[in-house]
Formats: sequence, C-alpha cells, structure tokens
Amino acid sequence: MSVFVNKHSKVIFQGFTGEHATFHAQDAISMGTQVVGGVTPGKGGTTHLGLPVFDTVAEAVAATGADVSAVFVPPPFNADALMEAIDAGIKVAVTIADGIPIHDMVRLQRYRVGKDAIIIGPNTPGIITPGECKVGIMPSHIYKKGNVGIVSRSGTLNYEATEQMADLGLGITTSVGIGGDPVNGTDFVTVLRAFEADPETEVVVMIGEIGGPQEVAAARWAKENLSKPLIGFVAGIAAPPGRRMGHAGAIISSEADTASAKMDAMEQLGHYVARNPAHIGQTVLRAMQERGIAVK
Amino acid sequence: MNIHEYQAKELLQSFGVPVPVGGVAFNPTQARQAAEEIGGSRWVVKAQVHAGGRGKAGGVKVVDSLDEVKKVADAMIGTRLVTHQTGPEGSLVQRVWVEQASQIRKEFYLGFVIDRATQRITVIASSEGGMDIEEVAKVSPEKIIKEVIDPAIGLRDFQCRKVATAIGLKGKLMPQAVKIMKAIYRCMRDKDALQAEINPLAVVGPEDDQKLMVLDAKFNFDDNALYRQRAVTEMRDLAEEDPKEVEATGHGLNYIALDGNIGCIVNGAGLAMASLDAITLHGGAPANFLDVGGGASPEKVTNACRIVLEDPNVKCILVNIFAGINRCDWIAKGLIQACTSLQIKVPLIVRLAGTNVEEGRKILAESGLSFITAENLDAAAAKAVAIVKG
Repeated sequence: MSVFVNKHSKVIFQGFTGEHATFHAQDAISMGTQVVGGVTPGKGGTTHLGLPVFDTVAEAVAATGADVSAVFVPPPFNADALMEAIDAGIKVAVTIADGIPIHDMVRLQRYRVGKDAIIIGPNTPGIITPGECKVGIMPSHIYKKGNVGIVSRSGTLNYEATEQMADLGLGITTSVGIGGDPVNGTDFVTVLRAFEADPETEVVVMIGEIGGPQEVAAARWAKENLSKPLIGFVAGIAAPPGRRMGHAGAIISSEADTASAKMDAMEQLGHYVARNPAHIGQTVLRAMQERGIAVK
Repeated sequence: MNIHEYQAKELLQSFGVPVPVGGVAFNPTQARQAAEEIGGSRWVVKAQVHAGGRGKAGGVKVVDSLDEVKKVADAMIGTRLVTHQTGPEGSLVQRVWVEQASQIRKEFYLGFVIDRATQRITVIASSEGGMDIEEVAKVSPEKIIKEVIDPAIGLRDFQCRKVATAIGLKGKLMPQAVKIMKAIYRCMRDKDALQAEINPLAVVGPEDDQKLMVLDAKFNFDDNALYRQRAVTEMRDLAEEDPKEVEATGHGLNYIALDGNIGCIVNGAGLAMASLDAITLHGGAPANFLDVGGGASPEKVTNACRIVLEDPNVKCILVNIFAGINRCDWIAKGLIQACTSLQIKVPLIVRLAGTNVEEGRKILAESGLSFITAENLDAAAAKAVAIVKG
C-alpha cells in the first residue's frame, strides 16, 4: 500500500514532448511506473518514447484509462492544464512548475470545489512510491521502500531527510511534496489523513517552512486524528522576518509564522520535533524505537 | 514587486477610486509647480520611498505656501529617509508627491490580501485607520473585520455593505465605500496584485459634503505574473531594490544578503533555509541566502560564487547541493570554473549528494584544487563554522 499513487496508477504526462517531461518520463518508466502516454496539443496521433500522444487529456483518458497526470506545462498555461486534467476525470494531478501566478491558483482552487481530484503542487518535486510509481523530478534512487510516510513543502529538504533516513536503514511508503507556494493544491492535513488510512505507513515525517498556518493546523489535526507518531521539522530558524526566502510561501508575516514558534507548537501538541535539519533521520529512528516500530 | 504611493494612487484612480489631486516631482522646482497647478492653499509633500513609516520619520509634511513646498521638497529630495522599515542606512528619496491637503474627519483601514487559510482574496477592514494593522490585530482583534471573496462570483455589494457597516461607514458614505471596495478588488485581480493596503481610507471634507478618499496606498504585485502585466512592470523602481538581489535575479539566482560571514550556495529554497539553520545551530552566522535553483549550469554556479564573494565579510563558502533535477557533475565543473576565473581566496566547503554524485566528487578530487569536502549537511556546517572561528 501507499498513498495517492501505486503500481496500478496509469500515468500520462501533460506537455509530454518537452525536454524535462521526456527526461522524467524515461526515469519514471525505468523505475517501473506505468506511463501510458501523454498530451501535447497539436501533436495528437504521433508517438513519443513509444507511447501515444494525444491533443487533449480527455482523449488520453478515454484511450488509456489514465488516472494520474504529471503536468509539465509552463507556468502561464499550467492552471489551465490542471483544470483540463480535472475535467477529464484525472484523480491525481502533479504540477511541477515553479512560478504559476497566484491568482491562477486561486481560480483553480475554486474550480476544484465539488470535484474529486487531488492536486499535488505547484512548485514541488512531486510524489513517489518507491518501486511502484514516480510522478515528479526527484532523484528516485535515494527513495527505498519502507514504512515511513514523508510530506514536505520543500523538494531538496525532502531529499535531505530521505537520505538521512536511508543512511539509518529507514525506507518510505510514499513521499509527497506539497510545494513551496502559498496557494497550493494539497495541504499537510490532506496528506496526513491519507497516511493515517494507509496500513503500511507506520510513522509520518512532516517538513515545513516559515510562513503560513499550515504546519500548526496539521499538528493540531494529528493530535486528534493521527494514530501514528509524527516527526516534524520547520526550516527557517535563521530567517529574518519580512523577507521572502526563495519560496513564495516562505515569508514570516507574524510571530506565529516563525520556525521556532511552529516547532514549539508541534512539541506542545506531543509530537516529535527535530530542532536541527541534520537530525531529522535520527529523530525518526528514536521515535520508532520508543514506539516499538520495526525499522524497515 | 512594490510600487510607490503615487503610482498606487494613479493606478487606483484609473479604476475609479477617489484620491487627492496631486503630482509627482523629481526636484524642488517641479514640486512648487505641481502645487501651483493643484491650487488651494495647503499641500502635503510626501517622500516617495517603498518603505513604510514615512510619517514618523519626517517624510510627510503639511505646508501652507508655495515657497514652503519648494523648501520642504528641497530638504527631502537627495536625502536618505530612515524609517523603522529601511534599516539604519535609510532609503534615498528621489521624488516627492505633492497633493492637496485634506480636511480629515475620520480614518479607516482597508486591506486586500490572499488569505493562506482560505486561499482566497480576503477583505480586511478596521475602524482604527492610520494605525499599524498588526498592532490593531494584537491589541483589539475584535476591531478587525474580514470578508472572504469567492473568485468565481467576485466581491458582492452586500459583502461591501457588511464590511462598511461593521467599521461604521453609514448613510451617504455607505455607497461610496461599496464602490471603492469593488474597484480595489477589480484592480487587485486584474493587475495580479498579491496585496493592496489602503491606510488610511479617510472621510474628508466639510460637514455637509463628506467624502471617502484614499490618502495612502501600498501595492505588492506577483512577480510570477509580470509577464502579462506590462503597465505594472513599467512602474518598477530598481533604485528601491538591493542591486545585488536584482543582479542575482537576472542570473536566475535567488539571493538575500544577511549579516554573517559564511557565504552559502545551495539548491532549493528549503535546503537553503535549512543550511542557514545548521550554520546557526553550530554557532556560526550565514552571510547570505542563495538558491541556485534547478538546472544549475557551470555559468550559474560561477555567477553565484561571484555574487557571494562581493560581500567583503565572507570568510568561507558553504556549497550544499542535493541534486534532483540538478547534476552534481555540472555543479563540480562550475565550482572549478569559478575557482579558476574568480581566483577565489576563501576556503570552499562542498557537500554534494543526489544525481551524478560520484562523477561530481571525482571531478572535484581530480581538479588539483583544495576543496574541503563534507559527507553530509551537519559535517559541512560544522567545518564551515570551525574555519571562520579559526
């Protein structure tokens, strides 16, 4: 088991014939992902990487039964591509793009209301269930199968935590990057809920950043609803207030937004907290040992 | 991207929002001329810098004669205005805005933000105008009124009436408030603004002819949407921005100067923040935040090194790369190129991980240059701090 994507997921790439989509589709296929085709408007009827190319997502879904889409479409057209995916019945759409106008995302979030689709991103490395399905741009070789679920805003910090865990022999069920933008498709709570429902996930790691109320809201939700231990880290202890630290979402606008305030809140809610980014792996291991969870 | 107050007022006026009659001036003579054209007998001269807190810092003066307009403008233009937001070095005043002085009866706060909890544009209003809204939120949160806007439906009249009533805008002022709120919402949406702050929105004029007017306005626009906002982009004042940050952006790098002495070059905003954290936790002080982003070519790495080294405080550079979409071999080549072309004198601590890490390490090892390598984040931070502490 896993969350959102697994070996049964049928994946298409939107913007399939582009350079990045091509590279990452090949990598996804090589690790076992069922890539069934792609969409590039104007190139319908051709083939790419030996797979069919369609003009629209609806045609691709009808012909291949795809239920997951990797959206490799440039930022100005990305929100439209996501709406197209939702409209065509895609269940999980992962959008990698960094730089989607925020008003486009506000409209997309409104468009989704009442529709049954998971949107991962934007500004994310994507989602990976090791050995089964990769929809994204992460270095897949660092992700080993195990029983830890990981969710983060940052991509590279997700890699960092994953490697620290791998060095200690800890593997993962699924890694979900929710992305660094202030308006994003999936919040921490949605991912934690999925990890709670997944029997293979026995521990959950949540990596946040300065700015916004999401981490603390998720920690509160977890106290009431997550039966598995939660290990948290929030980046930006050294960040000066009022400055945007790379991610559009990473700006401290009030006291409760600081990394320390968020980690204090997590700790007070009874969760494990790694106060140092270099100690995420060992904190996960300690939590597992204390809770009698086998290292896998 | 931020704009000046006068640009915000001109923008709002084009959407039908009432603002005082005024004009911008780049020298004292122009200021006097602007006042003369505006007419009347009282004017406000306002220094145009992006930072807030201008009033308390002496950047806003009310004057009664044309000569005084000129005198005050002369005193402001060319000096550095120090407000609580500028830092001790202040901001250079290069232009002033001269406007008709208003007879202010009452002040309100009106803001439009993208609320992260609801992910929608939200109106924030308060009867406590002229004050810092964060301060109001702390001291009397009940005085902050919020109204969430459904993007598919837009801001409705009834919502504006609700907000107006809650902050005490009644009678003839109510329809004016509705019109102003709807216009600001349209402006924010059409121009891809992230934030619009009107403080104060004021009731001005004589008892029998009261009017609502925007007396100060701040806008912040979405950099990611500037490609479709030519008119907004043209309002950019690069003099208000840190030249190094502007230069870094031009090279596709995200750079923020800090106070310490350990230069940082990292890929990804989250890992970059975490690297600063690790340095701080080891007792060191980072000199900067720098995210090289994805697809970092050797040229990009060289530019990153050059920008970091322009800071004379930098005693060593910590390079921390966890390559996903990046490639460690490219980063390594970039570092060698930078060392050779920039003749870097300070030690470089390099931690490489992820895509093509073995090739990257091999390139560094065979270069004949003295890189200090580190296996992981903790070791890299520890080594960097040890070097600056001697």
